[in-house]
Amino acid sequence: MKKWMPYLLVSPYILHFAVFVAFPVVFSVILTFHSWNIISPMRYVGLANYEHVLKDRLFWQAVWNTLRFLLVHIPLQIVLALLLAELLNRTITGAAFFRAAFFLPVIVSGVVVTILWQQLLSFNSGILNRMLTAIALPRVAWLDDPAIAMYSIAAMATWKNVGLYVILFLVGLQSVPMQYYEAADIEGASSWQKFRYITLPMINPTIFTVVVLSTISGFSLFVEPYIMTQGGPMNTTLSAVMYIYRQAFQYYHMGYSATLGFCFALIILFVVIIQRRYVEQEL
Amino acid sequence: MNPFIRYALLTLAALSFIYPFIWMVSASLSSESGLSELTLLPVGFTWSNYATVFTKIPLDRAFVNSAFVAVLTTGLVLVSGAMVGYALARLDFRGRNGIFYLIIFTMTLPFQITLIPNYITMVRFGWVDTYLALIVPFALNSLSILLFRQAFQSLPQALIDAARMDGGNELRIIFQILVPNILPTVLTITILTFMGLWNEALWPLIVIRDESTMTMPQLVTLFSVGGRAEGQLGVKIAAAVLLAIPIVVLYLFFQKHFIRSMASSGLKD
Repeated sequence: MKKWMPYLLVSPYILHFAVFVAFPVVFSVILTFHSWNIISPMRYVGLANYEHVLKDRLFWQAVWNTLRFLLVHIPLQIVLALLLAELLNRTITGAAFFRAAFFLPVIVSGVVVTILWQQLLSFNSGILNRMLTAIALPRVAWLDDPAIAMYSIAAMATWKNVGLYVILFLVGLQSVPMQYYEAADIEGASSWQKFRYITLPMINPTIFTVVVLSTISGFSLFVEPYIMTQGGPMNTTLSAVMYIYRQAFQYYHMGYSATLGFCFALIILFVVIIQRRYVEQEL
Repeated sequence: MNPFIRYALLTLAALSFIYPFIWMVSASLSSESGLSELTLLPVGFTWSNYATVFTKIPLDRAFVNSAFVAVLTTGLVLVSGAMVGYALARLDFRGRNGIFYLIIFTMTLPFQITLIPNYITMVRFGWVDTYLALIVPFALNSLSILLFRQAFQSLPQALIDAARMDGGNELRIIFQILVPNILPTVLTITILTFMGLWNEALWPLIVIRDESTMTMPQLVTLFSVGGRAEGQLGVKIAAAVLLAIPIVVLYLFFQKHFIRSMASSGLKD
């Protein structure tokens, strides 16, 4: 083998990394000190973009919206996924069918799911409200009430993704040694005790994986509110990525948008590091 | 737990995942007045929603664009991933660990940082409104490199030694000898990559403005957000059904592999 062979083999990676990772990161930092609309030359503005971020109430609202989304989405997803995985985690007939059914929304584009749920959540003709009126309950403005629109989107995102986490939990559950449960049976433990003192501690790593994965995917929330509500009502479903997109591609504030992206990435890293700390202590 | 309750709960859950899709298909085949029915079968059956979609937006063209971009890019991801993964798994060279850590670092880097500069790169390269903007940035990805690396590490060294003795060069060793031995991994990477590309909406929205180059999710998004659906829900839903069909068909064929690949990667989007 020629000495240069390994370098030839990794050259696509080096090139790709340089152009699409290293350069953007460095350029992103440079951009944050400039004002630029792409057409006219870049203008150095010092820390003005950062000062602007601190005072930009809409950005902080967008960050808060994204966090509100996560605060509902993640616990809901873990509870539902664990419940479904528990139900499936026996040799039952039709397990393959149920797994496949839960997984269907996972593979379909978020665009499809969003258009679908936009109709199902419609105030006048949506299925949910028709079910409510059928049992004589008042209709709910799922997407038009500022107090609940973001939670409707969080519930929809849970519906879309939960199948993936069911599969991850199933893998986790199947790695728990049966002897533990047998020993617990001899001791006369209840189902809940077995779940609380054996299953839960054993699948802690899976829970952590699910929390981190859904945190990162939740922070990139964009298509769902973009199609469903365009950020409304009253900016309560405006996500951080949507706001960054808006600043760049509607107002052409490239420097400012890059600053927002940079600050938001720091927030993401902060949240993920906290999660990791916390979980490591728990383990 | 009582098996009856177990099945009742599972069936209820399965219905809540499947019924909305059935409703979507039947609504897309219903007349506008039948849309608000909680129906399983179309009300006032008609193809007109589908006919209208094609007169309003070039969805057939977008399908060809999406298929072309997703197939070609997936191919490139497999080739580049196998090359880099092999070098990392099997060859000893200076900087190997450095590259490995760069890959891990890239995976944890939020895309929000690189979004704007990458758009500017596309502008500078003159790639806006071309397929290059949709293909090149995705032609290599960290996850596939790591999966290839892992798979290549599990193969016996004797396989490589024998191939070298026969005078095969490294590229032939990778693609003719080793890759056929790790087909499950290749399938996993193919599924994950293709699915991600097919469903990607944000990046096309940024780099493509010209309708004839748009991908399906992008075109359907713009159609649904913009005024062109003119409040005709049936037409919007028909566009969504058309966007879902290709991936659902693939899913029905490769169900087991889809589920297994997602479980083994532990990653999505």
